[in-house]
Amino acid sequence: MKVIVPVKRVIDYNVKVRVKSDGSGVDLANVKMAVNPFDEIAVEEAVRLKEAGIATEVVAVSCGPSVCQESLRTALALGADRAILVESDSELQPLAVAKLLKAVCDKEQPTLVICGKQAIDDDANQTGQMLAALMNRPQGTFASKLVLGDGKVQVTREVDGGLETVELMLPAVITTDLRLNEPRYATLPNIMKAKKKPLETTTPAALGVDVAPRLSHSRFAEPPKRAGGKKVADVADLVDKLRNEAKVIA
Amino acid sequence: MTALVIAEHDNNELKPGVAQAVSAAGQAGGETHVLVAGAHCAGAAAAAARLQGVSRVLLCEASHYADGGAECLAALLATLTSRYSHFLAAATPFGKNLMPRLGALIDVAPISEIVAVEGPSSFVRPIYAGNVLVKVDSADAIKVLTVRATAFSAAGGGGTADIETLPAGPDLAMSRVVGREIVKSERPELTAARVVVSGGRGMGSGENYHKVLEPLADRLGAALGASRAAVDAGFAPNDYQVGQTGKIVAPELYIAVGISGAIQHLAGMKDSKVIVAINKDPDAPIHQVADYGLVGDLFEAVPALVKELGG
Repeated sequence: MKVIVPVKRVIDYNVKVRVKSDGSGVDLANVKMAVNPFDEIAVEEAVRLKEAGIATEVVAVSCGPSVCQESLRTALALGADRAILVESDSELQPLAVAKLLKAVCDKEQPTLVICGKQAIDDDANQTGQMLAALMNRPQGTFASKLVLGDGKVQVTREVDGGLETVELMLPAVITTDLRLNEPRYATLPNIMKAKKKPLETTTPAALGVDVAPRLSHSRFAEPPKRAGGKKVADVADLVDKLRNEAKVIA
Repeated sequence: MTALVIAEHDNNELKPGVAQAVSAAGQAGGETHVLVAGAHCAGAAAAAARLQGVSRVLLCEASHYADGGAECLAALLATLTSRYSHFLAAATPFGKNLMPRLGALIDVAPISEIVAVEGPSSFVRPIYAGNVLVKVDSADAIKVLTVRATAFSAAGGGGTADIETLPAGPDLAMSRVVGREIVKSERPELTAARVVVSGGRGMGSGENYHKVLEPLADRLGAALGASRAAVDAGFAPNDYQVGQTGKIVAPELYIAVGISGAIQHLAGMKDSKVIVAINKDPDAPIHQVADYGLVGDLFEAVPALVKELGG
């Protein structure tokens, strides 16, 4: 069983983002980048399936400029077997990425695709669902547990009020929630080994996908700051302020 | 130009977020219709028909819509593109699961979690954990949107929309629900509550989380929330998580107890009207966004607060 795991290179989650002074975008110059945390969880899950003897091959795929090879090498160091970079210097929006992944899946014929549920840069939470639609396959989003069966996968999903378990016909697309697993750290020997693993490069044109953006983004701005930081002396002072100043309690 | 809001419901009532999505649809211009799809959901359709601003409710009943799965529902919606210019749903797990699937089926780039409508094709949405707001213009003829409910007022009642029966689409039989562990709570729903009491890593244990916070939540009629750290540590269930990847809340009063205030947590609550932080570390980032910061031991401060409130 082959598993495909898309990985996105994003701004590191610890970095405080800054908007460019002209409001034309977010300043990404000299900012630390990393693999999207939800995609790391996806890689980890795929590697665990391989370690459990369920998956036979784990293929990491990234779409973006050549520097995305770094993210693919990280996935390889975590245990993916090989990688595919769909190289493009154009802006790739989620719908375009879903189409590129669909083209890759048409070639690779995976049984399972495991995506992160959202990327922490655009917070779109769309690509996995769109890929499932384009493949005309079922989707198990926001997964906190996967159990592979014969021709089926049971996915426990995080929904309002608790958990829901769905059974999907394979092939299927899964998106990972935070508590699916805790990803391992890449060890130095595995980082070295990852450098020798195969990494194939293709392009949107070679895959026959039109990646022209449908959405235009402008007027990037920071939201209004909260005027916080006031301290209260004690509990009595707090209750007095909530009652008489903020008037939020009776 | 007509917008269709896809309603999440429990057959009898609409879930929180639908009334806000109806408001957002109204701002996009034109008429607003609501789709209620499910099995035995005429009660929910009647509730939708009473929403102010809704001129028509589509009621579509079939057993394969009962669980709200995206596969069959998105396929049904994709047959309605000649009637609607906008498709909207609240940005809940239901809406987030469904709308991108619809977008891809009809070759439209969806726009997630809009917080403002600036025109039929112009919207504002947060990115980077809410640290940046961006204007998004769509070049697609049809718009597919999820709506952040806390950014829109709820449509009122008193409406009298017609209810139209919509023939069901096929059962695609790709996916079925085989189990549910839904916790029934007497407390208000987290995203709709007027007051939220949230606990973080500082609670120390699941037992403390409940023992310390429940009396306060009871006294204030509050929903309980948690930071990611508290959920990861097993102090509170998954769906209590407030933050970038959890629930987005904007109550009148948010009380953060033993929460340091990582930006991912702030992303989920910083639009609350009044924020109270109880944390022994005076330099914890939560204090910077709090209207009222109480520096002290939560195990003393919270019971004292309950007492002071007369609980």
